[in-house]
Amino acid sequence: MDFKLTPEQESLRKEFEDFFKKALKEAPPGWVAGLETMFSEEGWAFHRSLARQLGKKGWLSRPWPKEYGGQAASIIEQLLFNEVRGYYGAPGVDVFGVGMLAPTLLLWGTEEQKQQHLPPIAKAEIMWCQCWSEPNAGSDLASLTTRAVKDGDEYVINGQKIWTSGAHRADWSFILARTDPEQPRHRGLSYFLVDMKNPGVTVRPLISMEGSHLYNEVFFDDVRVPKQNMVAEENQGWYVTLMTMNFERSGVAGMMEAKRTLEELVEFCKETRRDGEVLARNPFIRHRLAQMAIEIEVGRAMSYRVAWLQEKGEMAAAEACAAKVYGSELGQRLSYLGCQIMGLYGQVKRSKWAPLMGRFESAYQIALGMNIAAGTSEIMRNIIAIRGLELPREPRA
Amino acid sequence: MNLDFSEEQEMLRTSARDFLTKECPKTLVRELEEDEKGYSPELWRKMAELGWMGLVLPEEYDGMGMEFMDLIVLLEEMGRNILPGPFFCTVVLGGLTILNGGTEEQKKEFLPKVANGEMILTMALTEPSATYEASGVKTKAVAKDDAFVINGTKLFVENAHIADYLVCVTRTSDGASPEEGITLFLVDAKSPGIKCEVMPTIGADKLCEVVFEDVSVPRQNMLGKLDRGWPIVARTLEQATVAKCAEMIGSAQAALEMTLAYVKERVQYGRPIGSFQVVQHYCANMWINVDTGKSILYEAAWRVGEGLPASKEVAVAKGWINEVYKFVAERGVQCHGAIGTTRDHDMGLYYRRAMAAELAFGDTDCQREVVARQIGL
Repeated sequence: MDFKLTPEQESLRKEFEDFFKKALKEAPPGWVAGLETMFSEEGWAFHRSLARQLGKKGWLSRPWPKEYGGQAASIIEQLLFNEVRGYYGAPGVDVFGVGMLAPTLLLWGTEEQKQQHLPPIAKAEIMWCQCWSEPNAGSDLASLTTRAVKDGDEYVINGQKIWTSGAHRADWSFILARTDPEQPRHRGLSYFLVDMKNPGVTVRPLISMEGSHLYNEVFFDDVRVPKQNMVAEENQGWYVTLMTMNFERSGVAGMMEAKRTLEELVEFCKETRRDGEVLARNPFIRHRLAQMAIEIEVGRAMSYRVAWLQEKGEMAAAEACAAKVYGSELGQRLSYLGCQIMGLYGQVKRSKWAPLMGRFESAYQIALGMNIAAGTSEIMRNIIAIRGLELPREPRA
Repeated sequence: MNLDFSEEQEMLRTSARDFLTKECPKTLVRELEEDEKGYSPELWRKMAELGWMGLVLPEEYDGMGMEFMDLIVLLEEMGRNILPGPFFCTVVLGGLTILNGGTEEQKKEFLPKVANGEMILTMALTEPSATYEASGVKTKAVAKDDAFVINGTKLFVENAHIADYLVCVTRTSDGASPEEGITLFLVDAKSPGIKCEVMPTIGADKLCEVVFEDVSVPRQNMLGKLDRGWPIVARTLEQATVAKCAEMIGSAQAALEMTLAYVKERVQYGRPIGSFQVVQHYCANMWINVDTGKSILYEAAWRVGEGLPASKEVAVAKGWINEVYKFVAERGVQCHGAIGTTRDHDMGLYYRRAMAAELAFGDTDCQREVVARQIGL
């Protein structure tokens, strides 16, 4: 066992460090990482500018095969990239286009689809959103009812999607729709690429409790999509959505965000006096911060292990789920801790009264979504129990 | 980076698991809880034949010269079976301390005997003040002619009642800081003036009170330099803490597996209780705990083995694994229902030891304080 990085990996990490450290100087004042902030007016401008720089350096497509302009970066290299990016809280990577669609197209796309869509993703010219969830198909995604009906060389899509992050910013979306209602649930779905400018696509905002605009409803009314925009065969959509192996999913970025946040909280406690005493001297606060540091270090060690398993070509489904649920629940505890340490100020929104730009006031609310998005904590635990621990399935009614 | 165990380590794990399953069944564990000695000399001899006591000692001292990570693998397996006896105190607290701080002469005298299973060692560090900090060391050693005379009481000394020698941590002077003025001695356990009594503890693991009354120790038995023994203790504590973590993770893994097997077979309401989502989520949480524990254990152990600065990682590992083991043992009992709370059931063996293990080498609060300092608080 050896945790040392090679000199090449060390210097790569240094290169990432130098870039992100400098890039974050251009961040809007009080910048805090997160999709909620990224889709804001100023956040989006920052994201796009950073994305273009990353695109220019070829860093968005590093993991891709060389023939599609990538550098076939290993999982460990991706881990280092995401570790550094996470620590600096840098946007610039379209989680849907770069993170989900590109690996999907590399595996399932036609040559034509790859040629059309991969370069704009690599150069950060086109931003994507994911139209999967529906009002009645959340965790039980396979019960979705949005219909795609074949009509000559086109499909006509009708239905409603929801919880579509950043649909109001996205140029294109990848969507799951039912092409054969006669088939069992998983077998009647197909995967389409849809231009958001298509007639019939309507985006309606869903404002989060803290006031940010992350989620949307997306309505499809007789939206016509050429059949060459279907990824894989008809009715294979479900299988296309299953995670692909060659993209790092250890959750390291989130863990490093937490590490940075904790460092800022520690600094705050060293500078702030309450009742005549520096907060950092208060034993309760010391121990709660230390406990958070313990949990973050453990989470980082865990994400390294997930990445290592992936590097070896193991599915590591249970481990990845564990990292997800561990990370989101940790983020929630961190936000609570931050609010409590702020004392009465913990409730103040960004304003002249708010310490640390009121970041914990909003984190307290934003943290909730992370336990739900991309697989709820309950679904994560189900997967661990059934796939990882091979416990018997719950009988279905 | 390579986060896999080597082939040799995997083999060591398999052979240790097979050996301990056969030679150290839970019936023996229970028997030894009641036994005065608390270990099986026959099993001890067999372990010595396998080379376990000398696993990480250099070959020149009859050891096998393997890495610290090999010891971690072995300790995980010992924790899995909750092997009773003086392995930990002999090898980690005694052997490694002599290796860390002893003179060539001392190493030649003691280490081959450790490696061959002929000598049981332990460390007499903690006192009634019940802390692992240097400030807790009040036992005095005073120079007299060519010897030192030790007076004081040590508490929670592992297996002192069967030890041949004790590494006794004493105060020889009052320095500017508590860490100064600490001196270590290799004390023959049969020296006149030593009284030893086994304490009744939750893990029935033979922690002892050792009273030193005018115990004379020859000067050449000093381990390390006069007044400057604390760094040796600190190094041992770092190794021992992560070694304890390995035992604990092995135990937690066993408790988890026992629970998984049970919930798959125990039927209520006409189906295995493991098919109920609430039980599945308990199990998932137990597994997440064990898995995260392993991740941090191996990283901390690697750092310690490499001799890299590891204060933070070790404190993080112990602080986390303390809670992991307790959580898994407690949920394990809950999943077993009432039977899990009985003396007859194996789950209690783990549940009791989870508490003992947390307290050894610093409970969670102690580790948090170390981490607090490490993150700049």
